[in-house]
Amino acid sequence: MDKVLFGDNQFFAVNHASDEKSRAQAIRFKDDSAIIGVLDQAIDLGLNTFMCTTHDRIANICDHMRSNPGRYKDFNIFPCMPYAHKYANAVTELGIMGTIKQYVPGNIFGTFAKGGMAFLSNDFSKLMQILIDAEMKMFKGINTPVIFIQNVLVDLILGLGMFEVFKEYDEYIRKKYDAEPGYITMNMPMLLDALEGLGIKNPIICTSINKIGFRMAGGNEIYEKYLQEREFRPIAMQVLAAGALRPKEAIEYLGKFPKIESVLFGASSKGHIKETQELIHQYLK
Amino acid sequence: MNKIRGSIIGLGKMGLSHAAIVGAHPAVEFAAVCDTSSMILDGFKKYTKVHTYSDYKKMIDNEKLDFTVIATPTKYHYPMVKYAFDNNVNVFCEKPFTLLSSEGQELVEIAASKWLVNQVGYHNHFIGTFRELKRLLQENVIGELVHFSGEAYGPVVTMEKGSTWRSKPEEGGGCLFDYASHVINLIQEIIGRPEQVNGALLKSIYSKGVEDAVYSLLTLESGLTGTLLVNWSDETYRKMSTSLSLQGKKGKIICDATEIKIYLKEPNQKEKLEKGWTIKYITEFALPVNFELRGEEYSAQIDYFVDNIISKKNGSLNTFSQGLYTDKVIEMIIEKAKKN
Repeated sequence: MDKVLFGDNQFFAVNHASDEKSRAQAIRFKDDSAIIGVLDQAIDLGLNTFMCTTHDRIANICDHMRSNPGRYKDFNIFPCMPYAHKYANAVTELGIMGTIKQYVPGNIFGTFAKGGMAFLSNDFSKLMQILIDAEMKMFKGINTPVIFIQNVLVDLILGLGMFEVFKEYDEYIRKKYDAEPGYITMNMPMLLDALEGLGIKNPIICTSINKIGFRMAGGNEIYEKYLQEREFRPIAMQVLAAGALRPKEAIEYLGKFPKIESVLFGASSKGHIKETQELIHQYLK
Repeated sequence: MNKIRGSIIGLGKMGLSHAAIVGAHPAVEFAAVCDTSSMILDGFKKYTKVHTYSDYKKMIDNEKLDFTVIATPTKYHYPMVKYAFDNNVNVFCEKPFTLLSSEGQELVEIAASKWLVNQVGYHNHFIGTFRELKRLLQENVIGELVHFSGEAYGPVVTMEKGSTWRSKPEEGGGCLFDYASHVINLIQEIIGRPEQVNGALLKSIYSKGVEDAVYSLLTLESGLTGTLLVNWSDETYRKMSTSLSLQGKKGKIICDATEIKIYLKEPNQKEKLEKGWTIKYITEFALPVNFELRGEEYSAQIDYFVDNIISKKNGSLNTFSQGLYTDKVIEMIIEKAKKN
């Protein structure tokens, strides 16, 4: 994995510190060309991986990449699925069954949902595979060497104790997409314990790592212990703690943990991208 | 330490989220779930050891529970809570509490007479910025209050569609019960009890039969007046966004789940606040939790409930009696809107 991964929150009005800033972002990135403009700047600065949600608008960005193979042929995308708000808003309105009916392609599900017959064990794996394939469709022809499940889903499965789902996901991503499965979480220590328990060795885990413990469930101490002692491939996210930390102190803190393979960050201007990129190369050896 | 035994009734979006939080809680043995969907129960059977039920009474009879979380549509709350209380089971109930305040009143009385822990899922009370707002108001930083505004916007119903349970007013499916209840409860907790509804508009935008927006003028018991502005058909918001704004004689505060913006006419030395604007972020106020799913407030409210059961205390936050008062304000708004 590249040391620096470029994220997409800034493009989709995700700002964990300010709803007002988030609206300003929605206005600035109204057109896909504005997103592509910033991505191109990042590429010119040497960034080679874009880690993004399976938001509808990412499909347009993928179209653009496919039509310009010369420029993007070595470029990687790390998809993160699903785009949770799409499903969450649908569940609020349609319920869980209604949402599955809306998003599962084809009709294999319709008869079951109406008839109320027993759902076979294998059907759960099948349903997961269908949903993954639906989300992955937009990336056809694009390099996707690592494929992530979003934290909302990872942490839901984790809390419910449905660990076998991780195993099925892991196997399917390797087999069908010839890619590494990755996990995004707000509960890194608990997740790593669960994955190791399943025999999943050295997993790629993308998680909040910052010195004020923001969105790090359980607190800094246990995170630092795991970063020092355990075997996994960490990607640090939320490193600026939603803007509470200055970039230099934030990245310097990451430098204490040689195990961190990559840092995920998003920015909207060339200056900010360059500054963060240089700090990462300076402190993460 | 012996773990306490917990269960969930109703495995929709909120129920599943509570199930994960209960499942990850170190002091709780996640004993059982109950839902009417055989597919959801099959999922629990396949992937977990949690016992599954389609009848909540059987679950409560069989499982020797310390508590249950009820996350069903509001119309089912009354019989379910009552059955749990009859069997001495502590209850965390999703919002809004009940559809009829007379039923809510009965449940409040049973909880008090049996000393059972009772809490309603108004999670905004566990967001650090709103707690800080309450503290700043208690410290009187913006002086005598002259106006408040409680607002919530989000993209739930953004086009015309067929009906779900949400489109039936008698089942509590509109924006008033679902979205505005959060704001009414927050006004009650942080600023004061609304006592009078001076005007109310319930507007349908895309839904049939229920309102998509609620606009109302309220008077609180302190005499302070203000507005309630809520619209769940606003797709300029990516997700639900709730805020409280207060105007005082010495300044103004605008607070949401991510930041508090304070404007002061004169500096406040005790609070180290300068003249003009000061902005503080959630990073400073977030409550520490051991498990996080969709925001720390969801875990923090369950932690609080579980702690109260273990220490045999009846909490003061989000009690049934507070939830009941929110239901009463909802009834007052409906009455007022009918008169228009």
